[in-house]
Amino acid sequence: MKTLANRAIIEAVRELAISAARDLEPDILDALVAARDRETSPLAENILEMLLLNADIASREMIPACQDTGICTIFVTLGQEVRLEGDLGEAIQEGVRQGYEEGYLRKSVCDPVTRQNTGTNVPAVVHVELEPGDQCRISFLPKGCGSENMSGLKMLSPSAGIPGALEYIVETVINAGSNPCPPLIIGVGIGGTFEKAAIMAKKSLLRPVGAPSARDDVSRLEEELLARINRQGRGVLGLGGCNTALAVHVETCPTHIASLPVAVNIQCHSHRHKEVVL
Amino acid sequence: MSLLRTATSFSGDCKKIDLPFGDGVVEELRAGDLVQLSGTMYTGRDQTHRRLCALLDEGCDLPVDLAGQLLYYVGPSPARPGRIIGAAGPTTSYRMDVYTPRLLELGLKATLGKGSRSMPVRQSMQEHGAVYLAAFGGAGAFLSQCVKEVRIVAFEDAGPEAMFCFEVQDFPAVMINDVFGGDFYEEIVARNDVAR
Repeated sequence: MKTLANRAIIEAVRELAISAARDLEPDILDALVAARDRETSPLAENILEMLLLNADIASREMIPACQDTGICTIFVTLGQEVRLEGDLGEAIQEGVRQGYEEGYLRKSVCDPVTRQNTGTNVPAVVHVELEPGDQCRISFLPKGCGSENMSGLKMLSPSAGIPGALEYIVETVINAGSNPCPPLIIGVGIGGTFEKAAIMAKKSLLRPVGAPSARDDVSRLEEELLARINRQGRGVLGLGGCNTALAVHVETCPTHIASLPVAVNIQCHSHRHKEVVL
Repeated sequence: MSLLRTATSFSGDCKKIDLPFGDGVVEELRAGDLVQLSGTMYTGRDQTHRRLCALLDEGCDLPVDLAGQLLYYVGPSPARPGRIIGAAGPTTSYRMDVYTPRLLELGLKATLGKGSRSMPVRQSMQEHGAVYLAAFGGAGAFLSQCVKEVRIVAFEDAGPEAMFCFEVQDFPAVMINDVFGGDFYEEIVARNDVAR
């Protein structure tokens, strides 16, 4: 049994919040460099250069890469041999509260009915899963809503099959136009239930950018989707070129014989994600 | 176009525009132009728009005269001590579409955000001789370097959604909708360089 103090969780989440906003991870930076190097449109190439410079300024000057420092989704994978000293949920929310205050991050969370800002950027959306072992892994995904708003979920009929699913995914991305700040990372969940598909789509964004599915047939779908999306020529910020998306990540789960849920979670190029293991 | 190495060396061939707009300036702009904006711009996003229109509903004056001005859709992140602003890139414009025609009627000359505008907004822009520009989405740290002065104009209680006045220098943007009905996003879709 390992004991995990509340204070350790609060501090870890606070640091994740601050660093996620300022310091983009190597996977997204590498993907932006690769996109710049293969870009065919001079304007798009220049913008990609600007985005890399933007990331550099953010790190150096300690300001957020994007002013929309997002609403936070946090995935916790908790080892069953971890004994928690306090309230895990409250510790996570307190970490977010402190991180957004101390990091000079924008507080963007409000009541959906009154639109009154909560003033703290909490509540974060927290998903907890148990696994064997004595580690606690916290994955932090603050997400701006320019991209989140362009996401979609559809309960397809099984007769639509994978061709119907792919068509829905491509259509969702293309209809989003320049709103979600391309080049995008497309998180997809196919199967499960209504909520499972959405959670898979979100969680797939935690994969290193462009890391393929472990399933060969699914990784071929990812490649096909990426090619179909980029053939449309919408490009960086919708201003043209071959980089509408940087990667498509597909997660699947067995579903009901009557069902084919498909969720598309769109992520912007300012792809902020951080992880810590306690 | 030269590389966008720094905020102040955006481009060799972009048009330099002083704000607020002088007579005849917006008519010179065409969809697809790269511009650098210098001078005064007002800001506002969802809450500011809702409140401006509520004031108009009540027959009240607005906190500022928008005639000839540019309105930038932004909710900046807070300034660290010793700085005037945090990150300050554009937010998505379509959420302002329901409010925009009323502000164009008051003489607002330009809006600056990201993403496409609705057909009613595009028609209203043509009718009132106004333009729409896109700032570079997700480049909030970079763009903050173009902001030289910041003051709050109204709705301070709305936090990041307050209405600010920015003094900017060489703030880069792309012309999307010109006064002649041109739409640069549509041009990009129509020409699809990748498929060719």
